[in-house]
Amino acid sequence: MTTLHEVAAGRDLAGRPPRGRRVKTQAPAALFVAPYAVFLLIFGAAPSCYALYLAFTKSGQGFVGISNFSHVIDDFRFGPAVWHVSLYLLSWIVALVVLVVVLAIMVHSVGVRWLNGSLRFLYYLPGALAGASAVLLWLFVLDPSAGPAGPLLRAFGYHTFSQTIHPTHLPYIFAIISFWTGAGGWILVMFGALNNISTDVIEAARIDGASRLQIAWRIQLPSLRKWIAYMVVLSLAAGTQLFVEPTLLSQASQSIVPNDYSINQLAYQYAFNLNDFNGSAAIAVLLLVVALALSALFVWRGGLFTTEER
Amino acid sequence: MTTVRRHGSSRLPDRAPSRQGLPLGSIAGWSGRTVTGVVLLAFVVFFIVPLIWLLLAMTKSGGALVRQGPFSFGSWHDLVANWDQLTSFQDHAIGQWLFNSALYSLGALALTLVISIPAGYAMALTKFRGRRTLLVVTLVVMLIPNTALVLPLFLEMNAVGLVNTALAVVLPYSFYPFGVYLAYIYFSSSIPSSLLEAARIDGAGELQVFLRIALPLATPIVALVGFFSFVQNWNNYYLPFVMLPSSGKYPVQVGLSTLLASTPAFNPSSAGSESIELPALALATVVSVLPVLIIFLFSQRFLVAGLTAGGTKG
Repeated sequence: MTTLHEVAAGRDLAGRPPRGRRVKTQAPAALFVAPYAVFLLIFGAAPSCYALYLAFTKSGQGFVGISNFSHVIDDFRFGPAVWHVSLYLLSWIVALVVLVVVLAIMVHSVGVRWLNGSLRFLYYLPGALAGASAVLLWLFVLDPSAGPAGPLLRAFGYHTFSQTIHPTHLPYIFAIISFWTGAGGWILVMFGALNNISTDVIEAARIDGASRLQIAWRIQLPSLRKWIAYMVVLSLAAGTQLFVEPTLLSQASQSIVPNDYSINQLAYQYAFNLNDFNGSAAIAVLLLVVALALSALFVWRGGLFTTEER
Repeated sequence: MTTVRRHGSSRLPDRAPSRQGLPLGSIAGWSGRTVTGVVLLAFVVFFIVPLIWLLLAMTKSGGALVRQGPFSFGSWHDLVANWDQLTSFQDHAIGQWLFNSALYSLGALALTLVISIPAGYAMALTKFRGRRTLLVVTLVVMLIPNTALVLPLFLEMNAVGLVNTALAVVLPYSFYPFGVYLAYIYFSSSIPSSLLEAARIDGAGELQVFLRIALPLATPIVALVGFFSFVQNWNNYYLPFVMLPSSGKYPVQVGLSTLLASTPAFNPSSAGSESIELPALALATVVSVLPVLIIFLFSQRFLVAGLTAGGTKG
């Protein structure tokens, strides 16, 4: 288990590539990767290609160019859906970057061992509730009549559930839910990265008269930069897919929240209510392109992953 | 808990404001620590109070939940009553959903391990044409959120007639590039290739080298990939929601939305014979995450290991 412990402490795994291997046998190697390659083709490449094909064709008409795309983009629901998701992404990412970094540095500054261990544990525990379970829990929390935040919500003048989930609040509510489930894991990651900073460097800065804030800003923050980029890319890609939160909230709110609130919900409506699989595929392709672009950009420019021995 | 130990031993100079010797410095240090303490505590409340409330809510009756304070205790009696209400919903539907979740997650777990461990091994410790291409593709695909392919996958599954079968979720779950990458990182950094070379010189075939030497050394990565695969698939909502339209096939996450739709507090039109009260819904929420919660309690370092896998020093 040593390796896992080392990774947990933020140690570099990929930096120690194997050396001096020259394997000539090739047939068994092919056998080992074959199942994965097959799954990659069937469940990665094939659906993407099929979606592309559908997005550029229409049944009975063959190739139709970009008309499916212009059709969904002209849909009066498309603009608002993009706006909702953008607002949600913006508030969530800002909260993540600022709070995760601040909390990680603060937890890291706690000298008492059991205390900072417990803090990290408590912060990451909500991560066990992902998807529908987390949304359900937050439906309770946002209900002023029964939930744990009842007194607080009433103090702010929200007395009924439909007041708290007013449509203008939704992007922030979804951002809070996502932050609540995911932030703890990222705090652990940042904490590991902070442990990587040599104590000599910190000590030297301190002797030179750097304050706690200066050390955080000038030394700790720059060393977290790659991890922050990683967090932002993964969150952006995942956030554009917003689906389960508005879907459940739409169910629970007697349609105060429409069922085409997010981009992905709109794609779902196209496929299953309008039976327009071509329009649905066009939206899926748009989202896929965003996700692919983000991840490709990060793999090539982020410098966090290694694909070759150095 | 190595992290804690490492951390503890590596940070001696931090808590030494007296070093500066000036009264001003120690006042600043004191107020700084107060701010830190308040912020850290506030976030403990934010992260934990909803969980505590949830655990308390499932022990109360529907009336008590609204009348009593949010953090009062209920009773064993009410917990049992809530359990009865939950299990009687659609004739033990919750049991069926939990069973489905376990079936899909464990089926996918087994398949994922069989597929990704050998693939990671081959990419790390053998040479073959297209190895680097496969690796780059794996990296790019693993960063794509798994929801992005749900609708295209549905169209594909629909075309081959697999919609509303267990395979429609188990097979896509088992395509897990992140697991392959984790295995690749592990094999390329933790298994000395001289060990494999020695076995080959002794006449072991490639298959034997993998099964007898590499695999027994790979227990940690098998556990890690298994953990991530299980947690992710147990919590998945969108794919089964789309692939499995009939209630009997739902995993518990999708089942929760059925329960929600039958809760008059959130959905007044549902008040009828089979309605679910808030405490029973809270109980269902707890039950739905219990397996993952238990795994989480013992696996903090797994989580970090996965999130930081392959990362080079910042």
